[in-house]
Amino acid sequence: MLTETLTAVLSKNALITAFLFIGFLMWLSYFLSEKLTRGQIHGSAVAITIGLVLAYLGGQYTGGSKGLADIAIFSGVGIMGGAMFRDFAIVATAFGVKTDELKKAGWIGAASVIIGVALSFFIGALVAVSFGYTDPVAISTIGAGAATYIVGPVTGTALGASSDVIALSVAAGLTKSVLVMVGTPFVANRIGLNNPYSAMIYGGLMGTTSGVAAGLAATDPKLVPYGAMTATFYTGAGCLLAPSLLFLIVRALA
Amino acid sequence: MIIYGVALLAFCMLAGVFVGDLIGSFIGVQANVGGIGIAMLLLIYLSNLGNKKLQFGPLTESGIHFWSAMYIPIVVAMAAKQNVIGALSGGWMALLAGVGAVVVSFLLIPVLAHFTPAAERGNSNAD
Repeated sequence: MLTETLTAVLSKNALITAFLFIGFLMWLSYFLSEKLTRGQIHGSAVAITIGLVLAYLGGQYTGGSKGLADIAIFSGVGIMGGAMFRDFAIVATAFGVKTDELKKAGWIGAASVIIGVALSFFIGALVAVSFGYTDPVAISTIGAGAATYIVGPVTGTALGASSDVIALSVAAGLTKSVLVMVGTPFVANRIGLNNPYSAMIYGGLMGTTSGVAAGLAATDPKLVPYGAMTATFYTGAGCLLAPSLLFLIVRALA
Repeated sequence: MIIYGVALLAFCMLAGVFVGDLIGSFIGVQANVGGIGIAMLLLIYLSNLGNKKLQFGPLTESGIHFWSAMYIPIVVAMAAKQNVIGALSGGWMALLAGVGAVVVSFLLIPVLAHFTPAAERGNSNAD
């Protein structure tokens, strides 16, 4: 009876449960970061990694697509970590940003979005070709998936790709976003990701909003608004370029 | 009042997403084009107006700072709801496409960073 009541309370107040749970997870992560790595690996990087592991376990346990959030008592994690709250918090990080810094890196930030979309698209397309795909629609859809997991299905639907190819494009995009989340803090120093300008380029090249959001949070939260700013234009640019110009290039080459 | 800051933030976000959706349908793509970026620019613009027109009280500011500080926990929750199984279920091709795109994009960051004025590269390592 005790467990039933507790489960009912936790599920009924899902978002509040998520606040408690994520709060505990943050505490645990900063504790582990301090004790096991002496702060070498940032607490938020540990927290994001634990989050992804929990998402994996949740997905395996329920067979759903929302990770931990598919378990009833953790459904609030899905609300807290959903696009609405994420975007609200991202906008809030822009408070206090100086316009001068944005202006100085403005054009290279804009250019990095276009370069980033084309680059990821053609790498995804090359991988598809090397795995034996010859149909320009399938090649373009997988290429678009390597941009983000939204650009993939949008492109696939526009071009009339089969549903298994669209599923592959989503998987490619998900892989990208998970890798950006986990990998960014490890390579940040080597690629010079330590100032607003490189953060804007990073956001533009990577483009996955969730990947960039988590990657910068784990590297240096001060850089978040700069990277998020450019990343937010990426999916739109991808949905514009992939089914049109980039597809035409693939069709001309294939 | 704290709610003024939260409301201002909400206004910026909704206005940005609205404009982003309009741009999306205007150029004929089924996606929001830069809505959150536009919302951020709007908030930056409003907060840089300074004393001229808009005066931010400290409590108004704390309504925005709260959400800014909640950013990392929200991102952790976001990580916990990712479809990690889906990412791994696409097989080698999907994995390679995703990994390849990330690795090459990482490598290009220092190259593009050279195009920002040298003095502005901050404390980046000597390369």
